Amino acid sequence: MSKEKKETMVKRHNVILLKKRQPNRSRIGDFLLYLFLLLVAVIMVFPLVFAISSALKPLDELFKFPPKLFAQNPTLDNFQDLFVTMGKSWVPFSRYIFNTVFITVAGTAGHLIISSMGAFVLAKYDFPGGKAFFGIVVVALMFNGYVTAIPNYLIINALGWVDTYWAIIIPAFAAPIGLFLMKQFMEGLPMSLVEAAKIDGANEWKVFFSIVMPNVKPAWLTLIIFSVQSLWNNRAATFIYSEERKTLVYALQQIQSGGIARTGQAAAVAVIVMLVPIATFILSESQILETMASSGLKD
Amino acid sequence: MKEYVRKYFLLRRHNFQVAVKKAKRSKMCYAFLAPYAILFTLFYILPVVTSIFFSFTYYNILESPRFIGLQNYISLLLEDDIFLIGVKNTFMIAVITGPLGYIASFLFAWLINELPRWIRTIAVVVFYAPSIAGNVFVIFSIFFRGDAYGYVNALLMDMGIIDAPILWLVNPTYMLPICMVVILWMSLGTGFLSFVAGLQGVDRSQYEAGYMDGVKNRWQELWYITLPNMKPMLMFGAVMAITQAFGVCDVTMALCGYPSTDYAARTVVTHLFDYGSSRFEMGYASAIATMLFLVMILCNKAIQSLLRRVGT
Repeated sequence: MSKEKKETMVKRHNVILLKKRQPNRSRIGDFLLYLFLLLVAVIMVFPLVFAISSALKPLDELFKFPPKLFAQNPTLDNFQDLFVTMGKSWVPFSRYIFNTVFITVAGTAGHLIISSMGAFVLAKYDFPGGKAFFGIVVVALMFNGYVTAIPNYLIINALGWVDTYWAIIIPAFAAPIGLFLMKQFMEGLPMSLVEAAKIDGANEWKVFFSIVMPNVKPAWLTLIIFSVQSLWNNRAATFIYSEERKTLVYALQQIQSGGIARTGQAAAVAVIVMLVPIATFILSESQILETMASSGLKD
Repeated sequence: MKEYVRKYFLLRRHNFQVAVKKAKRSKMCYAFLAPYAILFTLFYILPVVTSIFFSFTYYNILESPRFIGLQNYISLLLEDDIFLIGVKNTFMIAVITGPLGYIASFLFAWLINELPRWIRTIAVVVFYAPSIAGNVFVIFSIFFRGDAYGYVNALLMDMGIIDAPILWLVNPTYMLPICMVVILWMSLGTGFLSFVAGLQGVDRSQYEAGYMDGVKNRWQELWYITLPNMKPMLMFGAVMAITQAFGVCDVTMALCGYPSTDYAARTVVTHLFDYGSSRFEMGYASAIATMLFLVMILCNKAIQSLLRRVGT
């Protein structure tokens, strides 16, 4: 092997090493911190494990006291019973699923688009009233939702939306948390990026959709998590009365509250209700990757 | 003096004219903001303003509200002893769990961020589990059961530290600390997720630059590079932490009962809930909400000015 070749190989090896280990990290520090993380993780994951294992327990184990953490002879009976009960419901169960999916998808999509549009101009442009409006949005997050329930109901009623999906979907569009989150993330984007796109002939709409939004992907993936979680778990009991428009969570909770004989089914319900938010969660979290908007520019 | 007033109004008018001109030039901005602004006004600002108006009335939901001026606030501050207990408890919980939860959220997000991608996803799910799993915190009532079968009592008795079971959730001495532990356990929520996302947006080249400029260990890197880059998310997390810390009520109500012994676990929001839903005194409940609102705004102002100093 020639000397030159050897040198390039060593160089390449060094590059790989550099990539693998970040600078500014000591091995012992890494080890201790990750040990600590692992310990905390065990405490944090406990409720999930507990919920899943109780759904797998047969009825006699569910009533055992003190409860064991893991099921001795796990079965899927609880889920089977639950599906039998679901099949006997007055409104076909697929209808409840449709209701919740519709509310969740429509609410999340609208919330994402409308609040990102607002956040874009609030973060990147200076116009009269913008700062004041943003201040109001942040402050509105802090007002206790319980007392606003009555005025809220009166407004929905005046709009004629009581007992329709819109009573849940449209207010979800304007949730302050989404605008706040998106604005904070867009603030970090360099203005030169927007200007460069404009010089290249893009209009505002184009800048928003093909420059700003792809660069704040972690933000809107997080927003989707929040929105799906809150809409999926929304019982909508205040606004929706008709059985055929009730949400899945509401219907499942009706099964759950069917007395002590349904303890097993109740545990299964708890797991099923958690499934969709967790699935969304895993999907979006795994998509959150480093976005390097600023590195392409030289100021 | 006259001259001063005249000049003041002149300046005001000038500023106003400038603003109008600016507004005319930024029609696009208003067009983008309009859908959100309209819905937000309708479903958030209007109800909040109405609730603040209710706080000056006697309103029992059935009859139309009757204006009584500041009476609600006066009786709240001067006559309602239980409210003061609630204020004390909420303050204790907010001061202890708020900052701790906030710092923990950031710290864990930061540590998780350095894991390889797929482990990171699992780690985020695991740490966020208490928030996603709804009201699982009720299993803590099995832990802290008052008889000898409760896990904590059984453990302590086996080890010989105590010889009779302790009524953890009925004895006022232990109620608040236990609630605080549970709240801390649940504190990796909204803020935590926004930190995880925000950390991904920090430009890697800045770390390299910092390395060249002599940043020696991870803590210096955190203070001089990561934290300044994370300021917007830190502000977001702070607002979330404040709303959660001052809004505590379901944990205390689920664990210690409603009402709790000697009102030892009563918080401001529990009090609000009591008046709003049990006694149907919506005016009084609105007054409580308004007071809480004002305190939270003040707290937010203080924290935002603290956060401005980060990384300097």
